[in-house]
Amino acid sequence: MPEPVRTLFRPPFRNYQFDSAYDEMFEAPGVPRPHYRALFQTLLELPPEEMRKSQQAADLSFLHQGITFTVYGSDEGTEKVFPNDLLPRIIPHQEWRKIESGLTQRIAALNLFLEDVYHRGRILADGIVPRELVYSCRHFRREMRNLTVPRGIYVSICGTDLVRLPDGSFAVLEDNLRVPSGVSYMLANRKVLKKVFPTLFRDYGVCPVDHYAQALLGTLLALSPLQSTTRHEPTVVLLTPGVFNSAYFEHTFLAQQMGIDLVEGRDLLVHDNVVYMRTTAGLKRVDVIYRRVDDDFLDPLCFRRDSSLGVPGLFNAYRAGAVSLVNAVGTGIADDKAVYAYVPAIIRYYLGEEPVLPNVETYLLTDRSQRDYVLEHMEELVVKAVGESGGYGMLIGPHSTAEQREEFRQRILAEPRNYIAQPTLSLSRAPCFLEGEAQARHVDLRPYILYGENVTLVPGGLTRVALRRGSLVVNSSQGGGSKDTWVLRA
Amino acid sequence: MNGQRNERRQTTMLSRVADSLYWMSRYLERAEHTARLIDVDFELRLDQSPEASSGRWLRLLEALQVPPPEDGKIDAAALTQILTLDKTNSSSIISCVTAARENLRQVREQCSSAMWEQLNRLYLQVNSTTSSEAWLLHSYVFFRAVREGAHLFHGVTDSTMSHGEGWQYIQLGRYVERTDAVARLIGAYFSRLPYSADQAVESEEYLEWVGLLKNCAAFEAYCKNYTAELRPLRVAEFLLLNPECPHSVRFSVDKVHAALQAIAELTERKAEEPERLAGRLRATLSFSQIDEVMASGATAYVASVRQQCGQAHNAIHQIYFDYPVETELAS
Repeated sequence: MPEPVRTLFRPPFRNYQFDSAYDEMFEAPGVPRPHYRALFQTLLELPPEEMRKSQQAADLSFLHQGITFTVYGSDEGTEKVFPNDLLPRIIPHQEWRKIESGLTQRIAALNLFLEDVYHRGRILADGIVPRELVYSCRHFRREMRNLTVPRGIYVSICGTDLVRLPDGSFAVLEDNLRVPSGVSYMLANRKVLKKVFPTLFRDYGVCPVDHYAQALLGTLLALSPLQSTTRHEPTVVLLTPGVFNSAYFEHTFLAQQMGIDLVEGRDLLVHDNVVYMRTTAGLKRVDVIYRRVDDDFLDPLCFRRDSSLGVPGLFNAYRAGAVSLVNAVGTGIADDKAVYAYVPAIIRYYLGEEPVLPNVETYLLTDRSQRDYVLEHMEELVVKAVGESGGYGMLIGPHSTAEQREEFRQRILAEPRNYIAQPTLSLSRAPCFLEGEAQARHVDLRPYILYGENVTLVPGGLTRVALRRGSLVVNSSQGGGSKDTWVLRA
Repeated sequence: MNGQRNERRQTTMLSRVADSLYWMSRYLERAEHTARLIDVDFELRLDQSPEASSGRWLRLLEALQVPPPEDGKIDAAALTQILTLDKTNSSSIISCVTAARENLRQVREQCSSAMWEQLNRLYLQVNSTTSSEAWLLHSYVFFRAVREGAHLFHGVTDSTMSHGEGWQYIQLGRYVERTDAVARLIGAYFSRLPYSADQAVESEEYLEWVGLLKNCAAFEAYCKNYTAELRPLRVAEFLLLNPECPHSVRFSVDKVHAALQAIAELTERKAEEPERLAGRLRATLSFSQIDEVMASGATAYVASVRQQCGQAHNAIHQIYFDYPVETELAS
């Protein structure tokens, strides 16, 4: 019974609270899981003042380095420091192995799906995924039909959001197959934690993540349209929407780490289906573009005409095979939240395997009976717009007002294809150092997957934290922060 | 090409990046220059009558290209505010530091992390300053911080960034800005202050010429060269033609020319226009005699220097930053 363990709750854990969600650190109140014991012990011995100082030093270092993101729609000071929490989230080796194999399986299947949908469409003809679901997706690109992309890989940079269910198993919450972000925070967090807990870090035996940029560059080079025998080393660039983009810090960071040029649309031009960048020494040919610009804005001649971020003629050069775009255009159909519901079926169809990582139960609102159920149970469910990301366009039933529910009800009825619903998940909780003590906050996990010559995962990822007490939203735009993720060596 | 894989140019630099580095450097130099001017004034004002002080403010405003107040009344406190913390004035210190940082932010991946951190820190410091009576009284602390921040930035730059093309654009921006600013300052003094060229200046006047030298961080260096006896002719010679004083026009133009030579070599550009213009200006300065300069008027001389410097700036822009694509594709 909990009586005796209560006494174990010494500072900084005095106010650590439990609920029905899975706790990353404790298997029972006051009893840490084996892989958290060393951290637990360290925290009991560390004066809170030390931690506070470390936190201040970390915050200041983030501010000075300009590790910031931009919040859209806020007036004052658009740059904000991305809050980081100093207590690592620890994942045992065995668990990571499973995540790794599950995500490798998933990216392979999703790429086969994209290749199929943009060519013969077998999966649609066989009725596994409804045709109208794919064709009605806002991110479906007709222009991609029958276009062959290097190695047949559409998604080579992916960030998949995982959550832990109350029983402790991991499930996939969503795939980010267009322009996933956050990997720079993973690397920045690691750098800070190594300074804060040097001994603990060493004793734990944590898998390194620092080679991410190198692996990313390798992936980009593997997707070059050039054959190895041709004229020169491929020129790789990172295309950013510019300094006002919310992830601009990350773009500069990755370009610097990879040693490639960070370009904006206005630096590029297309002539005779060849892409050039304007350099001080004249025009220079570009072969691979890691683009952090959405499909819509890539080429005003092909997609949105009012885009000033893109490069006129870029898509034609791409079609002609003169340049690679990474990720490919039109990958958004595979991370559409309604298509998501079919991913387990997609995995079975192409690979003949059972999914290693399950999906979260999802209600499709185009289906009459599922829709009726959702409309009756809105206060228990989470409703999401299918094409949105970043925590925008979302209703969290238990935290919503009657007014908001009514608004979503109307929207669902008007456009059922645009929404899905899922049960409200109680994301697992991990200790965070807040207000001078350890408090429990909900977290998820976004590992980053690369797919070039083969699939690479750097062990770890971004653990995102809902910093507001009781909140389930981890997105940085909605009051979320992050913490370092330690994957332990065997 | 011989078969060896040797120092073939491996790196490229985007025109936009070069442009940003150049302007970042110009803005930072401008902020530093303005800070020094106001700081020197603040010190001199304590020793002077209000009339003498407002005369200097008029020169200072001319040197900074700020229109004098319409009613002609010089209010040092109000002007200090406008030139330092007024965000609506695009040439105030706060605006210049912000613009410098914004330019660097757009090319962050090109500079070292230490450089970015240093400039970002200066920006955060300047932006957290609010104007008040008390602040004004101790504003020298602020001006010193701006000057030191800029010096530190250049020190960090020199020791952490490769001295390649990007570094050269930073040099270029810094010294183009300095050439222009110092030339303007000399022009303002020699056109507005009565002097007789080859006589030692005295009393009230003396402070003004000390002010000019201090505005160029050159008072101590001048004394070492010519002793503390100030003669306008020597002051002009020192600030215009001295090859060793880092704030002289000659020194700055030498640096501009050197940077342009290095850039031309690194980019393997055939176009010689910027280098030719800077080279001509450099030759003019190195062969000029101060007596001749003064005979035909110092003001006219610096006007011509500024004009040539402007031509070089335009040529840099046209050759490296904003060239017509058609000619490139044809070549």
